[in-house]
Amino acid sequence: MAKPITQILWTELEPGCVIVEPGNAREYRTGDWRTMGHPKVDTERCVKCAQCYIFCPDAAIERTQEGYFLPNLYYCKGCGICAHECPVKCIEMVPEGE
Amino acid sequence: MSEIKAFGPKNLPLEEFFAPGHRACQGCAEVLALRLALKALGKDTIVANATGCMEIISTPLPTTSWMVPYIHVGFENAAAVCSGIEAGLKALMRKARLPRKEIHCVAVAGDGGTADIGLQALSGALERGHDMVYICLDNEAYMNTGIQRSSSTPYGAMTTTSPPGRLSFGQSTQKKNVAEIAVAHGIPYVATACPSYPWDLMKKVQKAALVQGPAYVHILSVCPTGWRSQPEESIELGKLAVASRIFPLYEVENGQYRFVPKPPKKIPVSEYLKRQGRFRHLTDSMIEEIQRNVDEQFRRLEAKVRISQEASSQEPQE
Amino acid sequence: MGKRVGMEVSIAIAEAACQANVDVVAAYPITPQTHIVEHLSELVADGHLDAEFVPVESEHSAMSVCIGSSAAGARTFTSTSSQGLALMNEVVYIASSLRLPIVMVVANRSLSAPLSIWNDHSDAMSVRDTGWIQVFMENGQEAYDHVFWAYRVGEDRRVLTPVMIHIDGFILSHMVESLELVDDEIVKKYLPPFEPIHRLHPDKPVTMGAFALPELYTEAKKAQDEALKASWPVILQGWKEWGDLTGRYYRPVETYNLDGAEVALVTMGSMGETACEAADRMRAQGKRVGVVKIRLWRPFPFQEIRKALQGVKVAVVFDRCISFGGQGGPVASEVRAALYGESPRPRVVNFIGGLAGRDVSPGDFQNMVQEALSREDDRQENYKIYGVRE
Repeated sequence: MAKPITQILWTELEPGCVIVEPGNAREYRTGDWRTMGHPKVDTERCVKCAQCYIFCPDAAIERTQEGYFLPNLYYCKGCGICAHECPVKCIEMVPEGE
Repeated sequence: MSEIKAFGPKNLPLEEFFAPGHRACQGCAEVLALRLALKALGKDTIVANATGCMEIISTPLPTTSWMVPYIHVGFENAAAVCSGIEAGLKALMRKARLPRKEIHCVAVAGDGGTADIGLQALSGALERGHDMVYICLDNEAYMNTGIQRSSSTPYGAMTTTSPPGRLSFGQSTQKKNVAEIAVAHGIPYVATACPSYPWDLMKKVQKAALVQGPAYVHILSVCPTGWRSQPEESIELGKLAVASRIFPLYEVENGQYRFVPKPPKKIPVSEYLKRQGRFRHLTDSMIEEIQRNVDEQFRRLEAKVRISQEASSQEPQE
Repeated sequence: MGKRVGMEVSIAIAEAACQANVDVVAAYPITPQTHIVEHLSELVADGHLDAEFVPVESEHSAMSVCIGSSAAGARTFTSTSSQGLALMNEVVYIASSLRLPIVMVVANRSLSAPLSIWNDHSDAMSVRDTGWIQVFMENGQEAYDHVFWAYRVGEDRRVLTPVMIHIDGFILSHMVESLELVDDEIVKKYLPPFEPIHRLHPDKPVTMGAFALPELYTEAKKAQDEALKASWPVILQGWKEWGDLTGRYYRPVETYNLDGAEVALVTMGSMGETACEAADRMRAQGKRVGVVKIRLWRPFPFQEIRKALQGVKVAVVFDRCISFGGQGGPVASEVRAALYGESPRPRVVNFIGGLAGRDVSPGDFQNMVQEALSREDDRQENYKIYGVRE
């Protein structure tokens, strides 16, 4: 977990400001960016084609054990690509709170 | 990797090499292209990235989205830095200071960092024949600095430095064809790709990585922010770009052209243009002009594909 | 002991890089650096040096290739001059802030316009603030020795900073000098292999060159500043170890005949030898003149300058470069800054000359001393371009 930027001391920086923890951007909740809604998946109609998975710019769709693909709301920015591309239209963009 | 893995819905590349939490816009197809390219390249990859959207959204100190080794130096030198990494690894492995291992040296830059300020470094790297992949993520303008025109901005497009006005109609020059410049360097592999065709993109990136010598992949990256399109339509727009022949998908292997994948059914350019606010100001006659130009460019590409087919069918069978 | 040869200094520098077993050389040709890079190219072509020679398409790419190579953990060498150094300027800053121990030999040459291929220090001054460790060489032996020193110091894990070795273009680069090449055994004892703290390799992925918000950039620069300051003990250690092995000891500042001197000539680079000759002549005439020769330019040796100039009445500082709109010469500025808090302190008189390779003779130094003594006004801004036709 990276310290808040305003608390980092100069002595805590690696030489050259190298970042040694790969992928530590994970802690940033891009899900807070959503304003227009988030995707809701109807797994009854899902055909597990993986289109939503492969088209998510934020890798915010994860595969479940059963092979369904569900959004990770921590990261999902609500762009709507998954809902738009789903060939069986089993993803709906619903308002926040649903 | 020593062979190409055919990724598809039944063979999903599940590992992520680009962590979520990055600051790309909603619906950014450029970061999607990057995500897919990295899946294709795998973990034994080192990336040299030019200044631009991808660099900024992925590396705000003290965090990074990169799961592979990564370096950002400047705007115009992704190809040069990548050449240096390749040369360094080559020397160290030959001198047995590093164990021999296939590591893909990849340069990633935008259209600005490739077609304009980065063209010299790209040309130098291709000419020197380094074993590397150069990926141009083309969103057709200097998006990171606020949507200014680049030489990759298409004719007629609105940008902040090619605004339509009383005396101007938007970008007044044709899009620079960097893929053809790469072909002119005589390198073993050049390809165009688009994340709207994800499996094709991943296969092409793998091919580029596997080929011995320099490879160039030019990827059309829909940018809803700069193109003034709907974020959820980013994938669809890419398909329209390909179907309208504005961005044909092809490969050039040792100078031989092939359409890969086969071009989809043709649609008029207006289908593609009308979905984007940056073309909102175009008159019908301009759209006709664009259509004529696109058709002409595609005819020439078809001719090259035909010549390549004829040449290979004439080759003496061993 | 090593082998004594008559060798062109550029060739000797290339031989040093070869003996140092560099891994990557990336350079672009520019007069008067060309012989260094040509000879390295020959050494690689004949298999004497196992390295990747990358013939880049510009100096900007030369430094960029060096950064990529050094970041991958390879010992990296380059060389340039003048316009080339100016062209790679932005990347020179990046090399030091990324803490990559590249070694660059600069064959100092004047900056355009007008175009000139001849020697002065204007190119060096354009990279004064870039954060590299920088030394000015007086002769070819020093230049040869310092290639090893540069790697020894720069690659040290406590330092990890690139090093620039300045040699006067043509005057040093193209001079055939009698110098001693060290045995490979000495190099082996002196120079360990390069083991960076961080390198680009999939076994341990790191991100280099991230961007910093205002909240963090200051801390990043503080860290870099402290690192350069912390390089002092390693710089001195590097020289001491070299001296112990070869008998040639170097110091940040060299003094010549300063005992009881009233006037000190202050020089940097090959001019030092000429100044010493002039000082000898003036001593023979009964004038109490000595010489202070600055070797370490960055980090600047403020203490050593103060110590050397203690008791001196007039310091005649000779700059081979103008800082337009400023105090005249950059070296004079630094010397004045060093002396500011001293009381009493020498009067500093600044002459600018030797621009674009114009010859400066011992007689010229004598003239400068005479003029400095006859002047009473030592206002900061009153520098003089020596020998200009007007």
